[in-house]
Amino acid sequence: MTIRRFALAALASTLIAGPALAEQTLLNVSYDPTRELYVEFNQAFTKYWKEQGNEPVTIQQSHGGSGKQARAVIDGLRADVVTLALAGDIDELHSLGKLIPEDWQSRLPDSSTPYTSTIVFLVRKGNPKNIKDWDDLVREDVSVITPNPKTSGGARWNFLAAWAYAEQQYGSEEKAKEFVEKLYKNVPVLDTGARGSTITFVNNKIGDVLLAWENEAFLALKEEGGDNLEIVAPSLSILAEPPVTVVDKNVERKGTRKLAEAYLNYLYSPEGQRIAAKNFYRPRDKSVAAEFSEQFPDLKLVTIDEHFGGWKVAQPKFFGDGGVFDQIYQAH
Amino acid sequence: MSRRTSPVIPGFGLTLGYTLVYLSLLVLIPLAAMFIHAAQLTWEQFWNIISAPRVLAALKLSFGTALAAALLNGLIGTLLAWVLVRYSFPGRKIIEAMIDLPFALPTAVAGIALTALYAPNGPIGQLAGMIGLKIAYTPLGITLALTFVTLPFVVRTLQPVLADIPKEVEEAAACLGAKPLQVFRYVLLPALLPAWLTGFALAFARGVGEYGSVIFIAGNMPMKTEILPLLIMVKLDQYDYHGATAIGVLMLVVAFVLLLLINLLQRRISTAST
Repeated sequence: MTIRRFALAALASTLIAGPALAEQTLLNVSYDPTRELYVEFNQAFTKYWKEQGNEPVTIQQSHGGSGKQARAVIDGLRADVVTLALAGDIDELHSLGKLIPEDWQSRLPDSSTPYTSTIVFLVRKGNPKNIKDWDDLVREDVSVITPNPKTSGGARWNFLAAWAYAEQQYGSEEKAKEFVEKLYKNVPVLDTGARGSTITFVNNKIGDVLLAWENEAFLALKEEGGDNLEIVAPSLSILAEPPVTVVDKNVERKGTRKLAEAYLNYLYSPEGQRIAAKNFYRPRDKSVAAEFSEQFPDLKLVTIDEHFGGWKVAQPKFFGDGGVFDQIYQAH
Repeated sequence: MSRRTSPVIPGFGLTLGYTLVYLSLLVLIPLAAMFIHAAQLTWEQFWNIISAPRVLAALKLSFGTALAAALLNGLIGTLLAWVLVRYSFPGRKIIEAMIDLPFALPTAVAGIALTALYAPNGPIGQLAGMIGLKIAYTPLGITLALTFVTLPFVVRTLQPVLADIPKEVEEAAACLGAKPLQVFRYVLLPALLPAWLTGFALAFARGVGEYGSVIFIAGNMPMKTEILPLLIMVKLDQYDYHGATAIGVLMLVVAFVLLLLINLLQRRISTAST
């Protein structure tokens, strides 16, 4: 079917049916940096969905801090699908909201994570402080910008990446704790979210290095044209896996299960994977990953499940009340 | 049989009923919900949450900076109100309109703008740095943001009162031999003080709860520049609803007691001056 015929058909159907036909809508509740990704993906999906001979669909997006978004859904925001920064936040949809089954993460391939990212360093152009790896971040003359892991999903990945590096390099948990403690002594500002930290670093020009999502770092580079900033990939980082799921209770109430499932499955299709890669998320699909191999530096990546025993273990241990992060600051 | 005296002004029952419904829906029910949520904690749990060193540090910071900002606005705001009421000069109307801007501006915008200016690399921050003064990311920066946000309160409460004091009263005092300071102390101040306290209390209360503008300029370092509303957000992000409401209750009680004291003080002053 050509696009023109398609557009005509779409026009005709709106003219005939008019506003009387309730168009199906789908609400995707997501976290902050995926804004650009889902704008593009939604366009592609609406087109694909109609081509499959379905009613046209309107997709709404909502963005915000991952934890806040999860809370909004628990408190009654009628999300059909959630696409959040970490599995820990989606787990709460089960344990606090009873909106999804406990085994939600095994329902889609790759632990329900169609795309991944990692944590990289963003430094000033020319890398004046010569920052190459994690060890440089604990030097006394280096000032590091990262958000507060208590309020930011991205900041938790930053923290764990530093921890994983120190543990491998220096061999023990105590050494790792000393390392991150030194690192956080170099942090002059703890913003509440990733975008806040980016503003502090890029616009207010505070600090020598920003710990950032790889996709955020690329986006910042793209937006300012690469005149003032450059990306440094550390020797080891963490595989950040932002998962997706259908919100069962909501799709059952709204009768949108088929649509919601198709939406998430499309993320795994070559087209969906390509859109993710174009928006600087690492695709899971091997052949699409090969197409974009030049874009993403080859990194040694540890995973949360293998290295930390999953979010259920890591969250309370590191970021809960009295956890490692609190201890670092009480010791000061 | 019950004896009913109907008030002189009609419509008492209707208006009171309306007032109560309105207040319940907007203020009482949400606040009660918070207390009910917090009541699910035992006293010991509640005490452990609110006596944690981080919470106490944030409590001191939030109330301290709000108090400083309210005092600062109490001084400068009085001056502003005085200038706007007593003198006419070109551009007065524009300044008059500018006073309300801090209310209209989204607080986050104010916070980001102030941070950009007063950060160590910002234009004003650099100047301050030369004399060894750090503004953004210190309690000073928080006070600055709160001063900005609460600026209109004192000015706007004082203006009508000042305008109501006829110039002749001051002139009469001067004719009777009062020096300018005496005129201020014995003639103007007693008339202004109740309104001034209202403005001060409003500015203070607003400052204690302010989140949006402070969060960008505070730096949010635990134990140092972390405000109480941020701690509530932190608790919520950990899905610790009870902990969050416990801090909310703490803030509410402290603020209520302080506002009550200010009100009592105000009443004593008003009765003393009449």
